[in-house]
Amino acid sequence: MNPFPSEVWRVGAFVITDSMVATVVLTMVLLAGGRLALAFEGARRTLETIYDVLENAVVSMTTANVRPLVPLILTQWLFLGAANLVGLIPGLKSPTRDLSLAAALAAIAFVAGHVHAYRKRGLSYLRQYISPNPLLLPLNILGEATRTLALALRLFGNMLSGTLVGAIVVALAGLLVPVPLMLLSVLTAVVQAYIFGVLTLVFAASSLETAERSRNPKGEAS
Amino acid sequence: MNPQDWIALASIVTAGLTMGLGSIGPALGEGRAVAAALEAMSRQPDAANTITRTLFVGVAMVESTAIYCLVIALILLFANPLMP
Repeated sequence: MNPFPSEVWRVGAFVITDSMVATVVLTMVLLAGGRLALAFEGARRTLETIYDVLENAVVSMTTANVRPLVPLILTQWLFLGAANLVGLIPGLKSPTRDLSLAAALAAIAFVAGHVHAYRKRGLSYLRQYISPNPLLLPLNILGEATRTLALALRLFGNMLSGTLVGAIVVALAGLLVPVPLMLLSVLTAVVQAYIFGVLTLVFAASSLETAERSRNPKGEAS
Repeated sequence: MNPQDWIALASIVTAGLTMGLGSIGPALGEGRAVAAALEAMSRQPDAANTITRTLFVGVAMVESTAIYCLVIALILLFANPLMP
């Protein structure tokens, strides 16, 4: 069993891997499930209650105004939770073990944080990069790039290592031996999905808070 | 042994060393973080929720250094630029 993303078919120079297929199928299943649930009154009301609870939990995590980011973060939790846990079904592999998907999700998180900060503060949010001192501009840019890279690598490394350990133990010891390791990877899958959303939120909020502080140096976020 | 074999040998040994040495720091760091969080929770059980949340995020951040080592080890083993 090869734990790495493998080619399914090829259209010209464009290679379609199994993780791309899994991503598209998973997205469609989640969307269809959501649409289906909206058609029933009871299910819709339950989902709305869950959304309310989660929205309040997310908003109360930081002091910055991050309410517009809540749908993105809940979507990340839902998608990543599903995508990470799909790997536990025999025969399927979780699409997040592909660095391409992890990098795409991290890029979405990066762009979302910047768009949110721009909407809240206008172009003056860029002032966070020269605070507290313009000399720190290269370091701030480096910090921004590395944390996005780290976001992608963390998800990718955790999921790939789970798959890899499972494959190695199966090859060495045989059937059913990696079950305890799979139990551990359930924990990893859920925690990584949670962490990804929370870090997106924290990064977006930190850029807003820095912008607030540099605009209003006495503290006291407005 | 020809040069290719030496490169393979060095890559495999280095991958093992990368994982072994690279895990020490994060392991110690995570242990300290969890110990501090447990102590804080036993002092202030009311703040347990906030502490747990921050702990998870912090542990994941600490762990990412070990994940970098894993990525380097994987590159050495499976995507080594020096091996054809």
